Parts: sequence; C-alpha cells; structure tokens
Amino acid sequence: MQSTKQKKALSFHIVKRDPLPWYKGLAIRAAAIVLALVVAGVIITLLTDKNPLAVYASMLDGAFGMDIRIWSLLQDIAILLCISLAVTPAFKMKFWNCGAEGQVLMGGLATVTVMMFLGDKLPLPLLLVIMIAASILASIIWAVLPAICKAYWNTNETLFTLMMNYVAIQLVSYFLKTFVKTGSGVLSPMPQFGLPVLFGHQYLLNIIIVAVLTVVVYIYLKYTKQGYEIAVVGESENTANYIGINVKKVVIRTLIVSGALCGIAGLLLVGGTNHTINTETAGGRGFTAIMVSWLAKFNPIFMVFTSFLIVFLQKGSQQVSTDFRLPQAISDIVTGIILFFIIGCEFFLNYKIVVSKNGKENA
Amino acid sequence: MANAAIELKNITKTFGNVVANRDVCLSVNHGEILSILGENGSGKTTLMNMISGIYFPDSGQIFIEGKEVVIRSPKDAFDHKIGMIHQHFKLVDVFSATENIILGLKGKEKFKIKEAAKKVEEISHKYGFDIDPMKKIHEMSVSEKQTVEIIKVLYRGADILILDEPTAVLTPQETQKLFAVLRRMRDDGKSIIIITHKLHEVLSLSDRVSVLRKGEYIGTVTTADTNESELTEMMVGKKISLNIHRSEPKNCEDRLCVENINCISREGVGLLNSVSFTAKSGEILGIAGIAGSGQRELLEAIAGLQHIDSGKIIYNNPKTGTHDNLRDKTPLQIRELGVRLSFVPEDRLGMGLVGNMGITDNMMLRSYRKGRSMFLERKGPHDLAEKIISELEVVTPGSETPVRRLSGGNVQKVLVGREIAAAPTVLMAAYPVRGLDINSSYTIYNLLNQQKERGVAVIFVGEDLDVLLELCDRILVIGSGCVTGIVDARTATKEEIGLLMTKGKGEEK
Repeated sequence: MQSTKQKKALSFHIVKRDPLPWYKGLAIRAAAIVLALVVAGVIITLLTDKNPLAVYASMLDGAFGMDIRIWSLLQDIAILLCISLAVTPAFKMKFWNCGAEGQVLMGGLATVTVMMFLGDKLPLPLLLVIMIAASILASIIWAVLPAICKAYWNTNETLFTLMMNYVAIQLVSYFLKTFVKTGSGVLSPMPQFGLPVLFGHQYLLNIIIVAVLTVVVYIYLKYTKQGYEIAVVGESENTANYIGINVKKVVIRTLIVSGALCGIAGLLLVGGTNHTINTETAGGRGFTAIMVSWLAKFNPIFMVFTSFLIVFLQKGSQQVSTDFRLPQAISDIVTGIILFFIIGCEFFLNYKIVVSKNGKENA
Repeated sequence: MANAAIELKNITKTFGNVVANRDVCLSVNHGEILSILGENGSGKTTLMNMISGIYFPDSGQIFIEGKEVVIRSPKDAFDHKIGMIHQHFKLVDVFSATENIILGLKGKEKFKIKEAAKKVEEISHKYGFDIDPMKKIHEMSVSEKQTVEIIKVLYRGADILILDEPTAVLTPQETQKLFAVLRRMRDDGKSIIIITHKLHEVLSLSDRVSVLRKGEYIGTVTTADTNESELTEMMVGKKISLNIHRSEPKNCEDRLCVENINCISREGVGLLNSVSFTAKSGEILGIAGIAGSGQRELLEAIAGLQHIDSGKIIYNNPKTGTHDNLRDKTPLQIRELGVRLSFVPEDRLGMGLVGNMGITDNMMLRSYRKGRSMFLERKGPHDLAEKIISELEVVTPGSETPVRRLSGGNVQKVLVGREIAAAPTVLMAAYPVRGLDINSSYTIYNLLNQQKERGVAVIFVGEDLDVLLELCDRILVIGSGCVTGIVDARTATKEEIGLLMTKGKGEEK
C-alpha cells in the first residue's frame, strides 16, 4: 500500500555553514575562478576551436598589454569604483539607489554646461571651483528627490531612482539638440577647460582622487557616528526609532552623500576624461556599480578588487573579439561564465550540501 | 500488546552543527494524551515537525500502528491521519470557518459549503467546541481561531493530533475549556500530543510526559507518579528552586503617571482607551492581558514610539523635582529632558538590538551620540560589553560576534544588561522571559528585583500569571486596550485576573 512517492530517496539536503576562516573563503573563491576558466575554456574550444590558452593570453594582453592599456584599465576602474562608492552608503541603509546612472549623467551635464558657457569667460581655477560645485549639486538634487519622497511619503525608491535615469538621459539629449549646431549632433571635446593633467598622465588625477575617496568612504562608514546610523537604519528601522535616530534625516543625509559622490564621478568622467558628453557617457556603470558594491559586501576596500575584476573582464573580452575575429557574444559568454562562478561560489561559502545516507527505500 | 498509535525510534535531526534531536524515542497509545515537555530550544517543535512532514529526520524510524512509514510532506502526514495545530495559525482572514476548514481539500467536497458546515457542526457538537461555522476568521478571538485549526484537522480525519504550545495565547478560562475538549477527544480514542513548557498544565492534562533537554531524550514518566520538582529536574538537568524572592516596596513615590491616554491606529481602531495608572519607584508593576490587548502600544506610547491622541504621561523627575509631560516627544527628546527611561521591547532582535552587530556595537546604540567628535568612541561600549558578558554570564565567542547568533537567553541578557547599565529611573520590560530557559528566566527576575530595590519604577509585561503573581507588587490588567483592573499581587488569584483579562472585550461590543 506504499505510494511510489515514498520510495524516492531524499539523497541530499542543504545546510547553513558556520562562518569560514578567511583562508578557506579565499580558497573557495580561487577554486571558483579556476573552475570558471576551465568551463569557459571548454566552451570556447567547442564553439570556435580556438586554443583557450591563447584566448586567455589575449585577455591579459587586452588589459595589461601596453602602457596605454594599463592606464585605461586603471581609469575605468577608478570611475567604476567611484560610482560604486557612491551607491554603497545608500545600499548599506537598504535604500536601493538604482539611479546612479542618472545621477552621474547629471553631474556630467552640469560640468559640461559650466565648461561650455563659462569656459572662456573665467580664469581656470575659478572655473574649476564652479564646475566641482555645479556637478556635485546637480547629482545631489537627482539623488535627494527620491530620498525626500521615500522619507516623507514612503514611495518606492527603486522605481523612483530608475525613472530619474530616463529623465537625466532625455535632459542630456535635449541639451545636445539645443546647443550643438553641427550636423552630427556630437559635442566636440573641450580639453582646454578640463581638470588639470598631473605629470603628463591624463588619468592620474582621477585615479588619485578615487583612491582618496575609497579610504574616506571606508572610514565614514566604519568609524563615524553617521556611518553607524546608516548601519542601524539599514539593519532595522524599528531599532533606529527605538533609540531615537531620526530615520528621515538619515535617509536624506545619506542620499546627499551618495549623490555628491555620483557628482564627483560625473565630474571626473566629463571634466577629467571625455571633456564632452553624450547620453552614453555613464555607459551603464551606474548599474554595474550595484554589482561591484554587492560583490564586495559593501566594503569599499574589497570594491577595489571587484571593480578591477569587472573592468578586467570587459577589457579582456574586447581584446579577444578583436584578436580572434570572434563575435562580441563569445567574449560576453566567457565574462558571463566567470561572473556566474564567482557569484555562485557565495552559495558554497554560506551553505554546505549534506548527502544523507538515510534515504532508504521502503518495502 | 496492542500497537501504539505512533511510535518514534531513535529520531535524529541536525541543523549544521546544532543537534536539534538526538536519538529520540517515544510512543503514544490510542486514547492517550502525551505531553512533550522541554525548555525553549530543546527540540520539541523540531520533533513534531518531523512527524507532521515539515522536516525530514536525518536518521531514525517512525511507526504508525506498528508499521514503519516515511513522512515527507504534510500531505503524507494527513494520509497517516496525523494533524498538527501550529502555534501560529495558518488561516485566511477573510474566509469563514468552514471555508478555511475545507480549503485545500481535493475532490468535489470543497464546493458543498453547506454540507461541510453541517459536518463542522457535528464535529463541534461531538467534542464540545463552541463555534459558528459561518463566522469569518477576522471576526474571531484567538481561542476561536484555534478551535478552527483543531476542527480543520479533525475534519480531515486526523486520529493523531499534535498541538504546539496551544495555551500560550489563551486565558486561564479558555485553557480550561480547551483541556475539557482534549479530554473528550482522548476518551473518543484519539491520540493527542501536546507541546508545552508549563508544568502545571502537564500535570493537570496529560497521561504521560516525555521530557527533552537540549535535543536529548531524557525519559518518559507517568503523570500520576511524578511532581513538579521532578519534572523540572528532568527538564533542566539539575535541582533548582522555583521561588522568586519578593521584598516589600520601599520609598515609593509616584514616578510615572499615565492619565487617560487614548491611541487610535491609522485604520481608526482604538488601541488604547483612556488608560490611566501610576508607576511607583521601588515597586514592580505587572501588566497582564491576552496577547495583543494593547500592552505593546502602551509601552511604546510611554517610550515615545506611538502617537498618542489624547491624555498625558507625566514623569516626576526625582533629581530636579520637575513634572514633565512625555506626550508627543520623540525618544531622543525624552532622553534630552533627563528622563532615564529604559525599555526592553518585546521584539529583541528587531527593535531592542541589531542582530547583525556585535555586543559592543549594540551597546553603542544607547551611547554613541556622546561627545562632539564625528567619530565613534568604541572603548567605553567595549568595556561595557565585556562587563555584561562577565557579570551576566553571557555565552558568546566574543564581544564582536553578531548577537543574532546567540541563544535567546543570551540575547536577552545583553539587552537587559544594556538597559540597566543606563541607570534608569523607569524600567519597562515587555515579555522579558519569553523563549528563555528556566535559569535565564530567573536571572532576569533577579535583575528586575535588584532594580526595584534600587528604587527604580519597574513595569513588567508578562504572560505567565503564576510568575506575575509571584514577582510583582501590583498587577494592572488590560483587556482590549482598556484598564480592566489594578490588583494587589499579594492577594489576587489567577481566576480573578483571568476574568479581568476578558472583561474589556464584552464592554466594547
């Protein structure tokens, strides 16, 4: 009279692990990367009959092959890291700021506006001060609007910040349409009004600024009273109310910080790198930054590594496409596989699978 | 020998490194009530979840009517005529009793509500339940909802009923009614397993008692042959005295006067209706009432977390002699007034503490604002954390271990320790021993008593009337947001309080 269902043996189940020592965690992550490379290698061979080792060599070449590539790698890391730093305080507070893209664009738009209209009227130092202030202010406005609505009317910050991105993109298009008189619609770069170039390296200033910001944000989150309040509000609003933290104030204040950092990213992108703007200036980094921040578990120091990983994979896969005349899709697959394994290994860091011998059959 | 209705042999279940049950053996006969007794965390609920198909044992066997069975899902459990009544009800609020009872049944039966209602009435009549089959769940009291849950499993033909802490939410009178029903079911030949940690209930209801301690099976005794102290010893593993020392209140002054406060929820429901009382220094004021009668709102109103629509809360400051109204003040403003009000909320990890932070960071919750510097000062909180760990014997790997990893008793010691360290003049504690083992509970009672002797006005919201009567000086009884009486704890009886607990309800309707 036993039903067939009962004969199926329950062969494994999933159990939460105790926290691992750091070296084991590192080992699991390293194993994940090796495994990812092997799997990606097999897939490359199957799909393209190219030697996977050559493909990996080309990835390395793409990232580190020449001085200029290394600089460009560092520059991209710096910008991505800066945006990741910007979203982190909000995320730690469980305020899902998906609007970094728009906030960066607004910072960039403010910068470019100052460059265009005041560039030849003011001395450079004063121009730079106005540029910095304008970009930060513009981004703060973009970040703080959803925060105010969230604090007072409990609107959904994810939707709100996402929508603000589109408004920002449209504003940039409108700006270009209105003020660019050439037929191409492309605003030609204005490097003469940009941020100063240090020691002849165009990206050095950006890199130094972001390095300093990384340390500042780390200290802000970990050692200041405001950072502590962010952590408490993020963990439990009830607790925050209970001990008398003004949650509204903390939400708004934190998004001002978040917005200001996005403004700096916009400034560095437009004022320090491109010296012009288009709707693609932020280039999706506002969203990639979310991943960088999560992967690093909101720790600014770890974010240096996660943003390096992401940028390295991007640069490497571009090189692979060029070198082997493979479609971009193949390198996207490789990037996807590697990210999948790295994110997937988090599961094994938190859980283990126990195979039970108990799944015995019922006669 | 007749087969037992259900028998467990060497059941083991582990969660990671935690052994929830190790080699548990027990059996229930037809027409028998078995109590499973054990402290919180001793594995009672885990064991019952394995019988009802929610968990699957790592090893061991389950026999029903002498035949080995495998129970993989709640449906399998139903097929074996096992029905579980959970601590938290699983009912659809907008459905009627009958609709909830037939919900999820397969076949044509589910569309014939009238017939089903008739069957529900038959079952009610047979066992002496008191229920209207067409009443909607959201109109029901807690005890009615519980009745629906019990009928639900009977309707499905359960012969083995498991009740998880069924009396936790009931008044003494409702408990008696439930016990009468359970006895009738037993006489009808049903097997009943009841999970509890209340000793007097075990003794008055069950035929046999199985005791679990920290996941280990300790033994089964016949109720008639045992007594309270023997069971406690089995449960705790050592002899402990169950007496609470109660000193006479000294130097009583009116510390906190609550005058006619009214609170109305956003939905327009009255949460507190003209509540007035006075908490005096050097005494413990107990608050008794059915869960959800406004206890939480009352404490939160005093703490500045609940909006008050009318009334006054006057704090008589012993230092300055001023009388401050705490109404419409935020917790921070109350603190800035120099009111030393400590509050141990019901939701420890969701409100009193931050689960993901260590003890040091949790100590900082109260003190981090000190000083002008924008940076945190960690040394003071760290020293306080170490002091609480050593003085209250908190079991933790260290002061940086997230408090959510600690056991319930240790979490509570951390919270109460922090609140007491603030040298309060008023200490409010909501269900401070809920979920704690007997030893930790007595540690908390002693701490409250110490505070009382130091002249603190202690307000203690409790659920166990025996404890309230032993610990407190006066007991305020609250029913549906109204104060239904304030009694002297030295002379009042449980029945008296039980009656007051249900009084507010009748008046409202």
